[in-house]
Amino acid sequence: MLIYMLRRVLIALPTIVLISIFVFALQKLLPGDPLLVLAGEERDPEVLEVLREKYRLNDPIPMQYMAWIWNAVQGDLGTSLRTNQPVTELIAEKLPVTLQLAIMSISFALLIGIPAGIVSAVYKGTPVDYAANVVALSGLSIPNFWLGIMLILLVSVRWQLLPASGYVSPGEDFWQSMRTMLMPAFVLGTALAATLMRHTRSSMLGVLSADYVRTARAKGLSERTVVLKHGFRNALTPIVTLTALLFGELVAGAVLTEQIFTIPGFGKLVVDAVFNRDYAVVQGIVLVTAVGFILMNLIADLLYFVLNPRLREQ
Amino acid sequence: MADGSSPQPTLVRTLAQTADPVLAARPENRVWKKFRGHSSAVLGGMIVVFFVLVALAAPLLPIPDPAATDWGAVRKAPSADHWMGTDEIGRDVLSRMIWGAQASLLAGVVSVGIAVLIGVPLGLVAGYFGGWTDAVISRCTEALLAAPFLILAIALAAFLGPSLTNAMIAIGISATPIFIRLTRGQVINVASEDYVDSARAIGLPTHKILGRYILPNVLPPILVQATLTIATAIIAEASLSFLGLGQQPPAPSWGSMLNTAKNFLNQAPWMALWPGISIFLVVLGFNLLGDGLRDALDPREN
Repeated sequence: MLIYMLRRVLIALPTIVLISIFVFALQKLLPGDPLLVLAGEERDPEVLEVLREKYRLNDPIPMQYMAWIWNAVQGDLGTSLRTNQPVTELIAEKLPVTLQLAIMSISFALLIGIPAGIVSAVYKGTPVDYAANVVALSGLSIPNFWLGIMLILLVSVRWQLLPASGYVSPGEDFWQSMRTMLMPAFVLGTALAATLMRHTRSSMLGVLSADYVRTARAKGLSERTVVLKHGFRNALTPIVTLTALLFGELVAGAVLTEQIFTIPGFGKLVVDAVFNRDYAVVQGIVLVTAVGFILMNLIADLLYFVLNPRLREQ
Repeated sequence: MADGSSPQPTLVRTLAQTADPVLAARPENRVWKKFRGHSSAVLGGMIVVFFVLVALAAPLLPIPDPAATDWGAVRKAPSADHWMGTDEIGRDVLSRMIWGAQASLLAGVVSVGIAVLIGVPLGLVAGYFGGWTDAVISRCTEALLAAPFLILAIALAAFLGPSLTNAMIAIGISATPIFIRLTRGQVINVASEDYVDSARAIGLPTHKILGRYILPNVLPPILVQATLTIATAIIAEASLSFLGLGQQPPAPSWGSMLNTAKNFLNQAPWMALWPGISIFLVVLGFNLLGDGLRDALDPREN
């Protein structure tokens, strides 16, 4: 078990190194002299030279990378050009907001997606299955930023039921926080629920035709026990893995959702950084999300291992 | 066949309909039959064809110039003159929708084209040669897959500069690892088949083995993935344009129309309605088509 875990961690390392090289290389894509971007309005040659030294732009590129990654490992991702705040601090400030949105959306997606997937697999080929599939496919095809706009129009502008934008921290006012986050979480959760439903359905269909399920039925167990205990428990493994992999979709969706509902989170940070040409922030965010994603993958792998006794015995 | 215009296809179809066991078993007939039997897939195909035709016909249709402003008709609700209403500077929304379809479909097809053209050869090489080549390509693929699709596209679009072309490049590069990984997996399955061994045994050069024996056999799943990825790419382009990183004004795009529309929600809700419905329909069309193709091309499901 320990060896397996160690091996997984070791495999993740080169991936992290590669993604960091890629993120670093992004800067080199910038048209023109990166220094002029870093310097902003400043054009004094002496100041430019100081900056050039500071950002090590005179060093060979591999050395520049080593310096950058060494700082990154120590938690220093550079400073924001606009606010002069350390990038790490900015990210740490915005992350909890997005985490709240993410947790609420994924809970919503799990609550809707998994039961819908089970029901649709059990009633395969019936109108229930058909309806669930239509809803799921629509959920996948609706651009979530449009869904957000339409909900704001109906729920906030016309019916005035929920606030259209903003953020209240749960520590400050728990219920108000839930109220403001409800619509964004629904918007972000729909696509995830649809993905989860489709995977739960196909995973359940595979399991329900297995021999042990037929045996369980033959033993005279109730259909409920057969489906939930013998079926769902075995179908769960791929679903757990998938949920961890949905992290990427979640972060990407958060960018748009936060933009629409003006939630001051991680996603809004990256969009603002892009428009302010705050490249250190963009790089920092890509690096942090990628490492986060790799960690989620690792957790998914380990969970897979824990959930599947057959793998553990090997 | 009396008119003699197209004897061959009619003959083949008649034979297939009379359930000739040999012809009916031919893979392309079976696939087509299964696809046709899939009403949702046919619906998806029809939606896609409709939007493609509209986009192609844009220059021929009797619609106003999508960039022509009319200060006398600002934010007018749908009417006989303007079927979908007008926007905040009096441009005809229908005309902008039709020209916007070009941007969306082009973005979907071109970016997936980029991803397929880079991804499939790399996947072929990685899967066929294995060893170090595979290790290097696979690690790079995993690294790219680790960055969420849209975040990667946003970062690339930001560094390349905002434009429709750069958005397509950014989306294309972000989608490439999906195709590398898929092709590689398929090639590994196919490369151990007997007919590939035979091709090697008779001394065919590697590029011929790859091109003639392996590629055609790994294409079906790639086709399915490409169709589904066009759907994702269209949403990604709309998202980038919505954020201001795609198509630049005044050129029309559904995403940028939505971006403007969100500022006039209360006064002109129709501005937000049409682009959203269109994106939804096109994406749904490609998703249905992709799902149908997957079922039709899957030899296990009958």
